[in-house]
Amino acid sequence: MVQLLFTILTDGLIYGSYLFIVAVGMTVIFGVQRVLNVTHGSFYAFGAYLAAYLGGIWYDHELPDFGGFVIIFLAAIVVGVFFGILIERGLLKHLYGKDEHIVVLATFAAFLALEGVGLFIWGTDPYFFYQPQAMLGFVEILGMTYDYYNLSLIVLALIISLAIWYFLSRTIWGRLLRAVIFDREISQAMGVNVTAVFLGTFILGTTLGALSGAAIAPTISVLPGIGVEVIVLAFAVVVIGGMGSIPGALIGSILVGVVRAAAVHEFPQAEMFVIYAIMAIVLVFRPEGLFAPPAVRKI
Amino acid sequence: MSFDRTIIGVTIAVVLMACATFFIPDWVRQIGLLSMAIGSVALGLLVLWRTGLISFGHALFYGFSAYGVALLNHLGVRDAFVLVIVSAAASGLLAWGLGFLVRRYRAIFFALLTMAFSMILYGVLAKTERFGSTDGLNIHPPTFLGYAPVDQAAQITLFLFGLLVVYGLMLGVQIYLRSVLGQMTTAVRENEIRVEYLGYSVEHVIHIKYVISGLLAGFGGAIMALAVGQVDPESMAYWTASGEFVFVAILAGTGNVAAPFIGAVAFEIIRHFAWEHGANLWQLIMGGTLLAIIMFVPDGIWSVLQRLVRKKDGVK
Repeated sequence: MVQLLFTILTDGLIYGSYLFIVAVGMTVIFGVQRVLNVTHGSFYAFGAYLAAYLGGIWYDHELPDFGGFVIIFLAAIVVGVFFGILIERGLLKHLYGKDEHIVVLATFAAFLALEGVGLFIWGTDPYFFYQPQAMLGFVEILGMTYDYYNLSLIVLALIISLAIWYFLSRTIWGRLLRAVIFDREISQAMGVNVTAVFLGTFILGTTLGALSGAAIAPTISVLPGIGVEVIVLAFAVVVIGGMGSIPGALIGSILVGVVRAAAVHEFPQAEMFVIYAIMAIVLVFRPEGLFAPPAVRKI
Repeated sequence: MSFDRTIIGVTIAVVLMACATFFIPDWVRQIGLLSMAIGSVALGLLVLWRTGLISFGHALFYGFSAYGVALLNHLGVRDAFVLVIVSAAASGLLAWGLGFLVRRYRAIFFALLTMAFSMILYGVLAKTERFGSTDGLNIHPPTFLGYAPVDQAAQITLFLFGLLVVYGLMLGVQIYLRSVLGQMTTAVRENEIRVEYLGYSVEHVIHIKYVISGLLAGFGGAIMALAVGQVDPESMAYWTASGEFVFVAILAGTGNVAAPFIGAVAFEIIRHFAWEHGANLWQLIMGGTLLAIIMFVPDGIWSVLQRLVRKKDGVK
């Protein structure tokens, strides 16, 4: 019994961390720009692909093992900055202030196009990038084997949330960002460069999306279509935690992770839909999300 | 009912297509069948969209009904009329039940809640062995009031059957949209509070729309199940299916009840030819087209057709 509980908690924590890493970028972008960004799935996929591609070259030349970890962050930054600028300047810039459905659909269209582009660049064969995971090895806790790489995702999730918290509450850039979130027009009138803040936020969100893909790549085979499921998972976390709330996303992810782990062990039929069931329940009973800050009514 | 150009136009088009079906090649007829199915769902989205609501989860009703056809079929029901009507009605009933929750939501919350429901259905279908898990179920060829055609005759009969259903749906929606209840549509979109002050319940108006919309998606799913002879969760209930429906609705525009079907035909033709040149091209074309439509022709194909017709009238 203790063992089962422990397994569920650990699995839940790992899966929750995965969800958080995947969804945090979308949450950031939604919080600031009010854009529900479907292209997030593409950033995830491109991050995973670039990491796996570079990793393949790296390990083919039998270069030192730890390089894989550098590659993960490198791939995330390259993909994040490139696509962040491309999508924000090339697409979203023209859509601010339009109907939010239209914005979602435009990002959906961009996602489809990017899926096609991805296929042109990487082809349909899978890429493997297992070395970082293999390098860290395994650990046995209470009779269950875990690999260190999956456990390190928990650490990564913690680092990301602490970094974002520090950025938002302790730096001047974070304060500017919060000012823009609170009231875009007043901030603009006070001389905040909202355009720059939007672009910066978007690049941050994109990089986080790409980082999630790159960080997951060692644990999966990188195939066409990996970004598709990520989108709806991230939607679910954004909704459950409260649209745009980062602490909400963290707690929501872990909640969903633990419930899903419990489902996997005790009621496997529910594994695939339990997240969406929670999402629907949250929307029905607390549509602003579990941890959304009280909304300021604008007249 | 006064003189209605739409009903006359639709009737002529349906009669012409019914005659043409005997002379067109099989693959064209198949495209036609698929377009009828997708078009019915897009018509359902049109009904909602006119109120300013977009559902990202219409695959829920589409998949529910398609699986209804498959399960009834496995129980030994072979008649197309029974299969389609019972399954679509079940979808309508599901929409009625969920409508009590959904009708309170607007904008992005509406879209996300409907999406969550459809993903729950997907999870259930993909994990239940009785429903064939991720492989889905196949469907035995249907009969039509005792008539059991084979090979090409089966496809022709199904095409005529589909035309009949779709014709009924278009007439029904047209009559609904011209009724007082249907004309509340735009009123709700423009100013909900004013509608309430006029003595109508906005939630009631939206609930009815949601049921009609679910019913239409149900008809679409049932036709698709019969046309393909196979149902599976990935193409019937996943969120990407819902995305395709929204794509067709946007492509078509909301100008007319015939528009979703024109949009669906365009969609299926693009898909048919893009697939021949590889799957990667398909997504690129679909994404590019959708972007172009959103940016340059926000009212869809129908608005382009309308402008062409007006220009011609002007020259006369």
